[in-house]
Amino acid sequence: MSAVVSENPAYRRRKRRNAVMLSLSAVALAFGLFWLAWIVGVLLWEGGTALRPSLFVQMTPPPGSDGGLANAIFGSVLMAGAGTLIGTPIGILAGTYLAEYGRRGWLAPATRFINDVLLSAPSIVIGLFVYTVFVAKVGHFSAWAGALALAIIVIPVVVRTTDDMLKLVPHSLREAAAALGAPTWKVITMVSYRAARAGIVTGVLLAIARITGETAPLLFTALNNQFWSSDMNHPMANLPVVIFQFAMSPYDDWHRLAWGGAALITLFVLAINIAARALFRK
Amino acid sequence: MTAVLDNVRFRAADPPAIALESAPRPPMLRNNALMDAIFRNVTRFFAFLVFSLLAAILVSLVVGAAPALRKFGLPFLWTADWDPVQENFGALVPIVGTLATSAIALIIAIPVSFGIAVFLTELSPVWLRRPLGTAIEMLAAIPSIIYGMWGLFVFAPVFQIWVQPLLKKTVGQVPWIGSLFAGPPIGIGMLTAGIILAIMVIPFITAVMRDVFEIVPAMLKESAYGLGSTTWEVVWHVVLPYAKVGVIGGIMLGLGRALGETMAVTFVIGNAHEISRSLFAPGNSIASALANEFTEAVGDLYTSSLIELGLILFLITTIVLACSKLLLLQLAKREGTVA
Repeated sequence: MSAVVSENPAYRRRKRRNAVMLSLSAVALAFGLFWLAWIVGVLLWEGGTALRPSLFVQMTPPPGSDGGLANAIFGSVLMAGAGTLIGTPIGILAGTYLAEYGRRGWLAPATRFINDVLLSAPSIVIGLFVYTVFVAKVGHFSAWAGALALAIIVIPVVVRTTDDMLKLVPHSLREAAAALGAPTWKVITMVSYRAARAGIVTGVLLAIARITGETAPLLFTALNNQFWSSDMNHPMANLPVVIFQFAMSPYDDWHRLAWGGAALITLFVLAINIAARALFRK
Repeated sequence: MTAVLDNVRFRAADPPAIALESAPRPPMLRNNALMDAIFRNVTRFFAFLVFSLLAAILVSLVVGAAPALRKFGLPFLWTADWDPVQENFGALVPIVGTLATSAIALIIAIPVSFGIAVFLTELSPVWLRRPLGTAIEMLAAIPSIIYGMWGLFVFAPVFQIWVQPLLKKTVGQVPWIGSLFAGPPIGIGMLTAGIILAIMVIPFITAVMRDVFEIVPAMLKESAYGLGSTTWEVVWHVVLPYAKVGVIGGIMLGLGRALGETMAVTFVIGNAHEISRSLFAPGNSIASALANEFTEAVGDLYTSSLIELGLILFLITTIVLACSKLLLLQLAKREGTVA
């Protein structure tokens, strides 16, 4: 029988086609991994030489002199922190409504739909939005505007994960709590939230990872600042915009600092992403 | 389940639910009713806030673009002028650049994502699926600006020395499409931007394709195998037709991502305000024009023309992403009726 199969040209053609196509799919995977390896490799190579202790203590230098990225790192941490603190509660509460109260009515499905569009909306447009409603009204760029833009990027990520994770909580848990006499708000805060905690924290971590590298929304909001500043009402240095400015410049010193910042951001973002996945799996 | 319930502390002071029947209600229960109303309405308020965000963005952009909308009207869309000195603006060049780079990205990303999704769902040993899938997802985690920097300093020189001359010698000689690969190889340009965009959208398209391939009922696939199909035939004739709607949804999601991508494109597209037939030539996209010019724009008309560019971008991406979402919802609904 197998001899017949192997001699039949139709069978052979199909098997060959199968082998070719499946090899191509392996090639596609290798193609994807190739870019990841190349980019991470270059970052470790170029950034490895630039990651020195002085990077964290010295200010961004004028061209031609030595310096670090301390003010940019500080500004990034401050704005990402403020953006997360503003965006997370809003996202969790909105996500709670979608999952817990949204079984009836138009608001939940409509919000879910719009939230998914916002999740992939171009971040530069978010920057434009904050510019027109905040920066243009106040009359100057500020770190608060940057934090607000980042918060708007955090919200859809947190809404989506909160909604998804709360929906995974089995109904019997809620019913059991309700049967014990717990009012709805207590069921949600003490049962649903606890059961979905790992998932919700994962969402917040992913949101932090997302905004850490965001450059476009900060260009028109926080702008940049060559000096140390902790005044949220004024323009503030931040890593992504400094990397952009330094990388586009013709100076070698600035390029090296930009590589250092790029390696720093990427390692941080990849570490958070992997940590979030590990946390969620547990 | 019990483990989770163990963590729930009900205070002993909570009155039993039977007390509900007696009027007037004890203060503890009245508080609960009040808390319920507050909690419900607070969450509802924030859900409404998220709901109105899209409209708020749209309105603010229309208001910001009003001077340009009044001055140039609809012809803004097909005017190629971009002259800050004469204050004469048109969106044709950035629109063409945005569409062209996204098209290149999709042409590369669709087959690659399909291949990766097939490998991860049908071929890969089970223990390798998670690490390989995570590695591909990491491509989406790398920030856009890193792609830009790597593209400008590492990829573009390699592309200029090795790939562009090769393309010129081979596909560049083919009639009709040859002129797309003509001109001096300078490394940066529309083609480079398109390739980097492709790498950036691969993880998004792959993720959706994987998800929709996984919901194909095993019985369908097993039936095909039982009839003697090869793995490829099962994928092509059973899995793909079943998941078609979702696959298109995933491609639309990738398109939406590619259209709005800013920093990576800004680094490598060359930022030249012109349309040329060759893909080797530098160009411009809506997002890169915004990133480059917005903070330096002087005058209301210049600024509002740039905001109008943002409005166009937002409208296009919103429509594309909404279509993607609708297609995926359609598949989810069908899946719900089958299961």
